[in-house]
Amino acid sequence: MTDLPILSLAIWVPILAGIAVLFTGGDKHAHIARWVALAGSIVAFLVTVPLYTGFDFSYGGFQFQELIEWIPAFNIHYHLGADGIAVPLILLTSFTTIIVVIAGWEVIQKRVAQYMAAFLIMSGLMIGVFSSLDAILYYVFWEAMLIPMFLVIGIWGGPNRVYATIKFFLYTLLGSLLMLVAFIYLFHQSGSFEVIDYYQMPLAMNEQILIFLAFFMAFAVKVPMWPVHTWLPDAHVEAPTGGSVVLAAIALKLGGYSFLRFAMPIAPDASAYLSGFMITLSLIAVVYIALVALVQQDMKKLIAYSSISHMGFVTLGFFVFNQLALDGAIVQMISHGFISSAMFLSVGVLYDRMHSRQIADYGGVANKMPKFAAFAVLFAMANSGLPGTSGFVGEFMVILGALQANFWYAFLASTTLIFGAAYTLWMVKRVFYGEVANHHVAELTDINKREFFILALLAVLVLGFGLYPQPITELTNATVNQLLMHLSQSKLPIGL
Amino acid sequence: MTDMQSIYLLIPLLPLFAAVIVGLFGSQLPRSAAHVLTILGVGASFALSAYVFVDALQGNVYNGTVYTWLTSGDISFEVGFLVDRLTAMMMVVVTFVSLMVHIYTIGYMHEDPGYSRFFSYISLFTFSMLMLVMSNNFMQLFFGWEAVGLVSYLLIGFWYKRPTAIYANLKAFLVNRVGDFGFLLGIGMVLYFFGSLNYDAVFTIAPHLADATVSVIPNTEWSLMTMVCLLLFVGAMGKSAQVPLHVWLPDSMEGPTPISALIHAATMVTAGIFMVARMSPLFELSTTALSTVMVIGAITALFMGFLGIIQNDIKRVVAYSTLSQLGYMTVALGASAYSVAMFHLMTHAFFKALLFLAAGSVIMGMHHDQDIRNMGGLRKYMPITWITSLIGSLALIGTPLFSGFYSKDSIIEAVKLSHITGSSFAYFAVLAGVFVTAFYSFRLYFLVFHGKERWMEKPHEEHTPHTHEVAAHSDDEHHHVVHEEHHGLGPDDKPHESPWVVTFPLIALAIPSVIIGYVAIGPMLFGDFFNGVIFVDIHAHPVMHELAEDFHGAGAMAMHALTSAPFWLALSGVVLSWFFYMKRPDIPAAIKAHTVLINKILENKYGFDSFNEKVFAAGSRFIGNKLWQIGDVKLIDGLIVNGTARLIGRISGIIRQLQSGLIYHYAFAMIIGVFLMLTFWFAKI
Repeated sequence: MTDLPILSLAIWVPILAGIAVLFTGGDKHAHIARWVALAGSIVAFLVTVPLYTGFDFSYGGFQFQELIEWIPAFNIHYHLGADGIAVPLILLTSFTTIIVVIAGWEVIQKRVAQYMAAFLIMSGLMIGVFSSLDAILYYVFWEAMLIPMFLVIGIWGGPNRVYATIKFFLYTLLGSLLMLVAFIYLFHQSGSFEVIDYYQMPLAMNEQILIFLAFFMAFAVKVPMWPVHTWLPDAHVEAPTGGSVVLAAIALKLGGYSFLRFAMPIAPDASAYLSGFMITLSLIAVVYIALVALVQQDMKKLIAYSSISHMGFVTLGFFVFNQLALDGAIVQMISHGFISSAMFLSVGVLYDRMHSRQIADYGGVANKMPKFAAFAVLFAMANSGLPGTSGFVGEFMVILGALQANFWYAFLASTTLIFGAAYTLWMVKRVFYGEVANHHVAELTDINKREFFILALLAVLVLGFGLYPQPITELTNATVNQLLMHLSQSKLPIGL
Repeated sequence: MTDMQSIYLLIPLLPLFAAVIVGLFGSQLPRSAAHVLTILGVGASFALSAYVFVDALQGNVYNGTVYTWLTSGDISFEVGFLVDRLTAMMMVVVTFVSLMVHIYTIGYMHEDPGYSRFFSYISLFTFSMLMLVMSNNFMQLFFGWEAVGLVSYLLIGFWYKRPTAIYANLKAFLVNRVGDFGFLLGIGMVLYFFGSLNYDAVFTIAPHLADATVSVIPNTEWSLMTMVCLLLFVGAMGKSAQVPLHVWLPDSMEGPTPISALIHAATMVTAGIFMVARMSPLFELSTTALSTVMVIGAITALFMGFLGIIQNDIKRVVAYSTLSQLGYMTVALGASAYSVAMFHLMTHAFFKALLFLAAGSVIMGMHHDQDIRNMGGLRKYMPITWITSLIGSLALIGTPLFSGFYSKDSIIEAVKLSHITGSSFAYFAVLAGVFVTAFYSFRLYFLVFHGKERWMEKPHEEHTPHTHEVAAHSDDEHHHVVHEEHHGLGPDDKPHESPWVVTFPLIALAIPSVIIGYVAIGPMLFGDFFNGVIFVDIHAHPVMHELAEDFHGAGAMAMHALTSAPFWLALSGVVLSWFFYMKRPDIPAAIKAHTVLINKILENKYGFDSFNEKVFAAGSRFIGNKLWQIGDVKLIDGLIVNGTARLIGRISGIIRQLQSGLIYHYAFAMIIGVFLMLTFWFAKI
């Protein structure tokens, strides 16, 4: 099993499948494109399964490593590896790709092959981000995944897609450039692009702070953290359903993951020094953004703001420096992948029928779509962090972990119990309950088998991980433990 | 797995399976499958609970893990059961009332299109409530806690077309979440300071931390125990509807009556009482917390009782009565009389479930008119409902020998003996509450079952009080109010007694409402029933000890009561209501006309609702809008993001002037460039 280059397969199978889909031809052969894409996504998921089954739970370092020389002149390698933080995210990525392919099945009617190919290729590139152990390789994947996302929003997006794509592209690109500068500086100091080398490298405090801030610009945009979040609601509103799903479920996690992979272990002293700053931004995200979500009139915007608020828990969990909170932050990332997918898919179900995202255009949908309403209420409850759903687990752990650092962190974070429920369930009330609001709602038909299948799949996962989250923490425990050990050791040069 | 372990597991899982099967396949199965499956599940669960109760009576205690939910570093969270007598008693009460409500529902909901959905929900509720009471740790307690909240939300909004129902269920969920906010922080404190969430470990460590302090605000020292207990109690205030988090319970009456009986009277709302009793080893360590508990309970007991007097909706009268009785239980907790609180919880579960189900029977008889002003003389038409209601009311007001007498009188006596801060106010409140309870209970009883048959002369009023309310709350829903499903009796109709599936549960609940107090008071309060389960610091809070000295058997207690204040207060309440509503109905009208201000305060329910609506709800929306419009749109996007874009646009606009498109301009620039480069090149050399 370990002889196979699993991570390479995980990256290149979907990319090659995507290219194959491109060759199926124009929309006349759309059904071939769909089936090839589905087959490709399933194979791509299956090749990632050994990452879980073959994982050594007791080892906190990188597993499944592959190392090949790439550009010897600059000491750049094709170096892959995954630890307990990367593996769940890789599995989430390959799984979500299947969902996206099925979700776009008959909804996308123009340029089907390109649409499916974009998601498959994006999936491979994002797995590349999660598994790169060479800074340049990572950077290439990181930037490359912007292109298919840019195309997805730009081609299949809504009326205001040009503004949204440019905002999305520039926001993320500007952040990334500073990250490149940081990498070049680190290369200059160490002569290596190996991430693992950077972990051991002593750095003075001012160097660490600058490096941390450069990373921060890149990752905070991606997460997104307040106040660099405003690209996300616009991007979501304009993106097609599949785009929103990938954006929320995976793209945001690239930012969270990268904090753990780069910013924190490379600059641990700066991370500790700036933790108050990071926690403040996280708590602003939790409280401020939740209040903003409350007053949204557009369902997608509301869920987008809800995502930002939930990601606040992730960064909060990172920077209180204890195992419970950090494990919780990772669980929150995975769980948010399922729940936000489900929420955006649900909006997609409505949008495909009514071509509106405005809450005011709906009312009494439950009368006409009882099965769908049952799913929607379940996912809404998961989004409100109800125990028994995966949405509870991460928040619970982060709140309990944050309390160990400071009571008031937990106090502010816990307001999500009230505000999270308020914005989610108020939307449910206005969209699903009440009398049938108008003749458009009266004509709605309940979800079909395809829609039922994907929502049911996500429902099973949301409930499954809510009732038994242990498999996630089993993966992360050793790695998180090692990371916290590493963070507790100063990297300041001796003698300073 | 031993036999007992399998039984413990089956008790919550049987209702869950029934709920899942009926919930998923209800539409494909025949209608009767819904009630057959769920009644089988809950019935088996009740039988097994009874078996477990008998086992627990022999002193057997089980405390074990079912599975490890999650491990993070050294901390592990488990799903597990603690089955002692406290748990076993709750299990029997919950499954018994639930079984009765299941049977009753066959009759009450038989025309409803959501028949199977309703059965699925109430079975799911039974599962959740059992998980709550059987838990051996705070995590699972919180799970059950929120799960019953979820089912309550689903059931209050069961008729999801009604604007009042979907307003009420959102309100219920959010107010409960305010309580859970405190509760979760309390759990967080427990984990941090006790290092575990298992009851066992926490209770063992608690005495060692009795004098520990925390410095939550710099330079202040708060007692750790007080803080933990108060935070946990905030959760209890939400779930058990204590002032000021009581506002959701009256509105929850929008749900179908069977669940008002099961969830909003007998079981879920008592979860807070159960929780505090379970946490007695913690609460005993903080007299400050106990005082707070007692005062909040006393306020709830008295002031919510007043509101029961002016209600005209039959369910709302019973709802305010529930609030008031929950206040009594809370007062008992504050007096360190945990066992008395649990005792009242049990008797109340029977007689209040009975009163609600009887009210539902009346509503059916009246063709869904809930206004007691349109009723009267129903005893002729609904004899079983009449007798059982009378039994329930007598139990509620504390008539000697009835179950409610033993529990309520013990509460009053316990408060009398308590000397912690606030106990004199609480004593006054619970005593005055006796009169108020008797008055509103028999006002309801006389107006419904005796006197003139008013449905003949006054067909029905279109306006029930709660439709007014909602219209006032949310103008946007105003136009929906006309859809209210209040039919009422036509001029030629007569009320009719309900079918046996409805009357049987009434009878089955009436029996314990009469006898359970007499039977159980000895062992439960003064025997060893709660030994090793409920912990009381006998030196600091000797209330129960002193109470036991005065107790000489249930019969003697009833005899003694005839000479004590509560009995005469209750009797005068009954007599006064008889005089007001049977003899001289003009008097209450005259009083109402002369006490406009008081009446207005009561009708506005002391203004809690409008305050919450105006300050918290509107305030959050206002702040949210400002943060969005000013923070996100104007400052971040307008000034920084698009501002940067505009700035770049302006600069590039200037630079663009250079690109004239004329070749000789470019050629000229190139030549200059080449010269400059060469200059530098040579200068370097």
